[in-house]
Amino acid sequence: MNHWAFVIAGYAIVLVGVGAYAAWVLARGRSLANDVPEERRRFLD
Amino acid sequence: MTATSSKATSVIGWAAIVALAISLLFGLVLSPPEVNMGDSVRLLYLHLPTIAVSYLGYGITFIGSVIYLRNQSTFWDLLAGAAAEIGVLFTAFVLITGAIWGKPTWGTYWEWDPRLTATTVMFIMYLGYLAIRRMELPQEVRSRRAAVIGIIAIFNLIIVRYSVQWWRGLHQGQTLGIDTQLDGLMLFSLFLGVVAFLLLGAWLLIHRFRLAWLERQVEDMRLARAITERRGESGGTKLGGALS
Repeated sequence: MNHWAFVIAGYAIVLVGVGAYAAWVLARGRSLANDVPEERRRFLD
Repeated sequence: MTATSSKATSVIGWAAIVALAISLLFGLVLSPPEVNMGDSVRLLYLHLPTIAVSYLGYGITFIGSVIYLRNQSTFWDLLAGAAAEIGVLFTAFVLITGAIWGKPTWGTYWEWDPRLTATTVMFIMYLGYLAIRRMELPQEVRSRRAAVIGIIAIFNLIIVRYSVQWWRGLHQGQTLGIDTQLDGLMLFSLFLGVVAFLLLGAWLLIHRFRLAWLERQVEDMRLARAITERRGESGGTKLGGALS
């Protein structure tokens, strides 16, 4: 029995999901960083 | 480089990408199909690593919650929240990949099996934890309530972990244990997946924590501005009243 459709679906969902979440975190961080002055950016480096 | 990036996240990020690429190569190409499961065994190289990341996330949430309740540290409060969010994301992947694996293996996407049910309850509980963190409450109250839930919820993880031993169900027992019978290449693919996903989880956690820190700073600044404006308004009213 061919299970490749299930395998590809599983990998695609996880990889696309992680990629989308990572992109959201990076984009939101970039947009919020503009509003936060330098002296409040502790833990960011 | 982005706002939440640093040299450390670059190193971890690239290490995660390389490990993921090698893991995909072994998981999808080099490792053989399993005798009973066939090619669907490849989903386990994804399913188990996502479990590892979600367990790690909830473990950090528990530790962060305990420390927060002891010393009200903003660092630990935000780290606990960031780790819970990653834990929830990866628990969603655990449930999805488990369901996809279940169809060719068990003949069904879903069964009210003890392990599956306990994992779903755990997922919902941590969703509740995240909902509490987004409630319109004073910061301290919100953080304290979230920390209490973060501590209580860890018992759910223990139930999930031992559910296959405590109750009889469809879900298999421990995949990795003393009596592990996996072929060498399969076992290697599995460990490679765990390493790759733990690196990915660490990279996500650092970025998410830094984002949470920025969110907290913006929230604090808005609050300070609102208080200043309110004081200005009340001062203006008194002055106006005195003049009239």
